[in-house]
Amino acid sequence: MNTSTTLGVGTLPMSATQDVSGAGPVNIELTATQATVGSAQIPNAKMTVRNVNIFYGEKQAIYDVNVDIGKNQVIAMIGPSGCGKSTFLRSLNRMNDTIDSCRVEGDIRIDDENLYSPKLDVVELRARVGMVFQKPNPFPKSIYDNVAYGPKIHGLADTRVDLDEMVERSLRKAGLWDEVKDRLFQAGTGLSGGQQQRLCIARAIAVSPEVILMDEPCSALDPIATARIEELIEELSQNFTIAIVTHSMQQAARVSQRTAYFHLGRLIEVNPTEQVFTNPEHSLTESYITGRFG
Amino acid sequence: MHATDLFFLLVGLTVLAFYMGRGKASQIAQGLGGIRNLHSLPSYYGHYTALYCGFPALLLLCAWSIFEGPVIIGMVMDSLPSDLRPSGSVEYKLLANKISNISLGILPTINQPDALITAAETLQRYSQLSRWSMTALVSSIALLGLMWARSMIVAELRARQRVETAVRYALFACACVAIFTTLGIVLSVLFESLQFFKSVPVADFIFGLEWSPQMAIRADQVGSSGSFGAVPLFVGTLLVSVVAMFVAVPIGLMSAIYLAEYAHKSVRAYAKPALEILAGIPTVVYGFFAALTVAPFLRNVGESYGLSVSSESALAAGLVMGVMIIPFISSLADDVITAVPQAMRDGSLAMGATHSETVRRVVIPAALPGIVAGIMLAISRAIGETMIVVMASGLAANMTFNPLDSVTTVTVQIVTLLTGDQEFDSAKTLAAFALGLMLFLITLILNIIALQVVKRFREQYE
Repeated sequence: MNTSTTLGVGTLPMSATQDVSGAGPVNIELTATQATVGSAQIPNAKMTVRNVNIFYGEKQAIYDVNVDIGKNQVIAMIGPSGCGKSTFLRSLNRMNDTIDSCRVEGDIRIDDENLYSPKLDVVELRARVGMVFQKPNPFPKSIYDNVAYGPKIHGLADTRVDLDEMVERSLRKAGLWDEVKDRLFQAGTGLSGGQQQRLCIARAIAVSPEVILMDEPCSALDPIATARIEELIEELSQNFTIAIVTHSMQQAARVSQRTAYFHLGRLIEVNPTEQVFTNPEHSLTESYITGRFG
Repeated sequence: MHATDLFFLLVGLTVLAFYMGRGKASQIAQGLGGIRNLHSLPSYYGHYTALYCGFPALLLLCAWSIFEGPVIIGMVMDSLPSDLRPSGSVEYKLLANKISNISLGILPTINQPDALITAAETLQRYSQLSRWSMTALVSSIALLGLMWARSMIVAELRARQRVETAVRYALFACACVAIFTTLGIVLSVLFESLQFFKSVPVADFIFGLEWSPQMAIRADQVGSSGSFGAVPLFVGTLLVSVVAMFVAVPIGLMSAIYLAEYAHKSVRAYAKPALEILAGIPTVVYGFFAALTVAPFLRNVGESYGLSVSSESALAAGLVMGVMIIPFISSLADDVITAVPQAMRDGSLAMGATHSETVRRVVIPAALPGIVAGIMLAISRAIGETMIVVMASGLAANMTFNPLDSVTTVTVQIVTLLTGDQEFDSAKTLAAFALGLMLFLITLILNIIALQVVKRFREQYE
């Protein structure tokens, strides 16, 4: 699946385009009523997002987003810095709750269960919707304890043997087992950056979540470590639903089936990845993927 | 001129030197067509000149002030007729004092031997001479330094680097002051202790089970055996400290967790300073609170349960000391807990852990080295605390582990040994230094352990 060649559009002679000095963004008026173009809604969705607005205090960060997240699919969220894609991602497992001023309006459902209904147990939700962060954040514990953390707090393992098995299975799925099997009881923080990130992925999948959210999981890693994580994402997408925020359009093209383009807090376009990168429907998407801003 | 006057003159000269140096540099710069043609900014040349003017002269002034007195006295003593010369060091000091008092007019000259009066006059003359020569030497060195440095100023002079070097040495000197002060205190305590250990064997002091430091002044005096076994004191210290830590560690740690993790911003804004006010209460206030409020309360409660509680008890002192130490632990622990990266909490919360699970399993382990270090510091503080135990724990050196009894601590004994009239050649007084040395060693060891703990955890986690 090598769509990166189609990104050759990005090398358009710059003189042919309008103001590209960087200071002057492409001037396209955004109106509050503008609807998302493309196929935001699909059948057989794992999570559905309807009319979601997110505020930090008085400031609105996300405007009226409607999108579906397909089961066992990877959806990539791209867009310029500060466009709200991370904020949006964090609303999908209510991590925004940890920020006092943050307020989410609208309707987000997982398997038709409302995330923001008072009946919902947020602790249980986060076990179902796991998250991998931008910077690898292993706990200051051993590699084993990092992975065993989730199963322990949720009581998933009855015996030590069960737990050992779970840890091994998760580390194998994260492609880390062979590298760490001889030093499971050494500190997780002693691993390299890429290994730490895979450890965080192993930790997230140890509780068998249904959805995994990834917030720029490779931005702190070198290209080789990035390639390993990308392979891993592809493998994981067979069993898990994945939503990934990324700054790298190549990465979005390589790992995802659908791509959502965010701009200034609005969801501009959602389409199959190949279409977004070869034949974007919206002019803003086109400007972004051809490198006119971002 | 007096040394202090001379010092202010020197300061004036140094300021003058700064402006002269800067002025010359600016002048050179003007001739070359702007400051950019100088190696350094003009003010660096000013600092450079000021340093050469002030520093050597100041060194000389200090040395002179320190050595002036002894040297002059020595010269005066040499001029005395041989029959008046002192035989021992004590007599030497006495005579020197006498002569200087005569020369200052404090002692009347009547009834003094002529030789002493002459000596006093010699002393006066020498002092006068010394002062004049000091003034002349110091100011001329300052002026010479000024002139020389000013003449050295050319556009290529790297004044910036020279000043940088001087700054580095100045900083180093300041760091040395703290280190040498500590060293000085340790050495003085050490030598006095060695003095003490000449009359009391070390083993008797460290392992002896009886403490009664009253020495018999007359041979037939009763009940003043003078035994210096320090174990009861250390047991008392330990007992009070343990009680204090039982109060301070849980309360301090939990209040820190509440403040850092759960408290709303507005609550925190008031609660944290309020907690820290505890640290600002003078220990003597804690002391009488312990002695006048807590101890009687404990005795009454104990009586109602049929327990005999001494009116000055280890429990009362320990409880109040624990309260005093709470802010130490809570403030340090709060700092380290807040310093745990948000990413750790996010990672745990995103796994579906509750807030308290996150605190217990991730935040506290991550903050543990800092917390342990804080507790160690608090223990040092508890062991060295004096006022509360003086007022509330009693003076009797009971060898007991019962917190309801009255005990005495190392610090209390040091206070009682060293207050009032002292004779510095008796074992009773010198025992205070030995106790001080032991106390210092214990807190030193605790601090080293704390540092090691912190280091080990750091190595593991970073």
